[in-house]
Amino acid sequence: MTLNPDHVLDHLDHLESEAIHIFREVAGEFERPVILFSGGKDSVVMLHLALKAFAPAPLPFALLHVDTGHNFPEVLRYRDDTVARVGARLHVAKVQDYIDDGRLRERPDGTRNPLQTVPLLDAIEEGRFDAVFGGGRRDEEKARAKERVFSLRDAFGAWDPRRQRPELWDLYNGRHSPGEHVRVFPLSNWTELDVWRYIEREAIELPDIYYAHRRPVFQRDGMWLTAGQWGEPKPGERVEERIVRYRTVGDMSCTGAVESDAVDVAAVILEVAASRLTERGATRADDRLSEAAMEDRKKQGYF
Amino acid sequence: MTHDLLRLATAGSVDDGKSTLVGRLLYDTKSVLADQLDAVERVSRDRGLDGADLALLTDGLRAEREQGITIDVAYRYFSTATRSYVLADTPGHVQYTRNMVTGASTAELALILVDARHGVVEQTRRHLAVTGLLGVRHVAVAVNKMDLVDWDRSRFEEIVAEVGVLASRFDIDDLVAVPLSALLGDNVVERSANTPWYDGPTLLEHLESVPVGTEPAEQPLRFPVQVVIRPQSGEDRDYRGYAGRIAAGVIRVGDEVVVLPAGRTTTVAGIDLGQADGSVRGIDEAFAPLSVTLRLADDIDISRGDVIAEPERRGHVSRTVAGTVCVLSDKPVRPRDRVLLRAGTRTVRAMVEEIVDLLDIDTVEYRRAPQQLALNDIGRIRVRLADDLPIDDYHELRRTGAFLLIDDADGATLAAGMADAPDRYAGADI
Repeated sequence: MTLNPDHVLDHLDHLESEAIHIFREVAGEFERPVILFSGGKDSVVMLHLALKAFAPAPLPFALLHVDTGHNFPEVLRYRDDTVARVGARLHVAKVQDYIDDGRLRERPDGTRNPLQTVPLLDAIEEGRFDAVFGGGRRDEEKARAKERVFSLRDAFGAWDPRRQRPELWDLYNGRHSPGEHVRVFPLSNWTELDVWRYIEREAIELPDIYYAHRRPVFQRDGMWLTAGQWGEPKPGERVEERIVRYRTVGDMSCTGAVESDAVDVAAVILEVAASRLTERGATRADDRLSEAAMEDRKKQGYF
Repeated sequence: MTHDLLRLATAGSVDDGKSTLVGRLLYDTKSVLADQLDAVERVSRDRGLDGADLALLTDGLRAEREQGITIDVAYRYFSTATRSYVLADTPGHVQYTRNMVTGASTAELALILVDARHGVVEQTRRHLAVTGLLGVRHVAVAVNKMDLVDWDRSRFEEIVAEVGVLASRFDIDDLVAVPLSALLGDNVVERSANTPWYDGPTLLEHLESVPVGTEPAEQPLRFPVQVVIRPQSGEDRDYRGYAGRIAAGVIRVGDEVVVLPAGRTTTVAGIDLGQADGSVRGIDEAFAPLSVTLRLADDIDISRGDVIAEPERRGHVSRTVAGTVCVLSDKPVRPRDRVLLRAGTRTVRAMVEEIVDLLDIDTVEYRRAPQQLALNDIGRIRVRLADDLPIDDYHELRRTGAFLLIDDADGATLAAGMADAPDRYAGADI
């Protein structure tokens, strides 16, 4: 902790204190909060902050993972190790179950990110969760820039950007009716670079695929996709070995890797600081679909 | 040198070039990335514009792009070598008061745009009024479109003089005006060759040098308790800590403190920072706005909603609150309305006792006793409470002088309030 005689707080301490305050507000105002935990770096940082907020008491929240079935095995392993280490309760909602019994249909492009909404909303209802922590950041995307820290969702999980509650000072209003829930975004004011600097400062361990490694990949729309069980290369797309790393981890079939030789946090920070592409623009095929792809998914109850 | 954080809010109407200025700040601080710029250039071309319309960077919702207006407060992030910035970009037209109050509530600096051709207009007056009411300490006035008045020094000075008179009327002490062109980039980040007569800072230079924070050492301690931390098992079974974020002041181990509203005093036995491995790290001193966990020497009954404060400057515990509110909801605020009042971490039942007056935001004068306060109205009210509430004068302590009025039926946030110095009826029964 960089306490100093001038009483000026470092910006990471500021962001950390703000996030801890948000976790504690939720603990004070809600009955059954849950943290969305995928093993992705934002959810890992969220969990780290939540543990700090309540130590030495154990984490007072359960964890929830919406599993697309298209996971990186390294990330699933990391998820399970982490859950065991912190002794948390993990709920898993599987997109595959919905496809198997016909409640959801596979999309023609094979991408499962948009299919997560229904299992997520069902899991929230079944778990009777009234507050759901997400790792969304306002710097990620234009529609997210308008998101509140406490974001009220109706019984259908829908986000109506025109009817958001105004949010003033640090007085978060979490009142909601039965059947409604509140999405809470403790990392709202963090940027991608802040997340990485915090990971470095706190020596937080991440799944290996965030760092440069050799991998067979093929190129599509300027992104490197993993050749594997999901998302086979199309005719004319050549698989080759490259040194890559992932900036985000999601559905393997549409999450692209970037060429990189950043093997540790310090190197990643240099790379992110110098990057000329946004995190989603560089790595998420589904966000490139339209100007309003994220806004549309959020209105339907997406993360 | 600490890399610190400055929160600012913009105010201006669409025509002032606010979105362009914000776009320019993001662009010139290299906070806009290639794919975002590509998208902006593509859309600008489709619309038949010559260069990239930087305003397109900031309009996030489909309806905003379609209608060419900004609907909601948007948050933008940029950083320099010395500072990180959180910028609340507030729209000029729709729901203007509500959005500006929201953006200004967390800002330490307000960035107000004035079109050099039009000078101080009604909007400017409103922006300065809201900025003053919300207690934003620093104001930067961007006198924009200077290129359209041929970089005329006397025009700039005329505007500065007029703004200065208004600012002092709204208790704004720190005001800096910069002559600039957001479109061309003059004096935003790069110094302009067109203003040899101007020796003040560029806009970014000014943002870089404004002092941040509240000088905690000068303020009395306020620590609203959020949750009580009691592991109740394992080796920490006897641990009992009060978790919260310091709202004002400095706290040290060994300090005597008072717990409000009950008024019991005790001393600080420890200040802990929770660690992710489940341990805690003790520190000797902490200050606003840090989140910490306090251990106290005596076992007294403390729960969420209590405030741990400095005994000599403990502030007020009251059953009435008088203050200025801005109505944020379609539902008006009327006398005898039963609502919830939220201040700090405490929520109490309340009844609107009286609407004292309404601020005419155009003349900036208070008009006597209206029937009600409607959406976007600003006025002074008095509220009676069903329970004791520790509350401060907003203009002395922002975080513990702010409150919300909440609709008990549907949970909507009805109004945002700023408490006055506690009034004479303190302690009266409901």
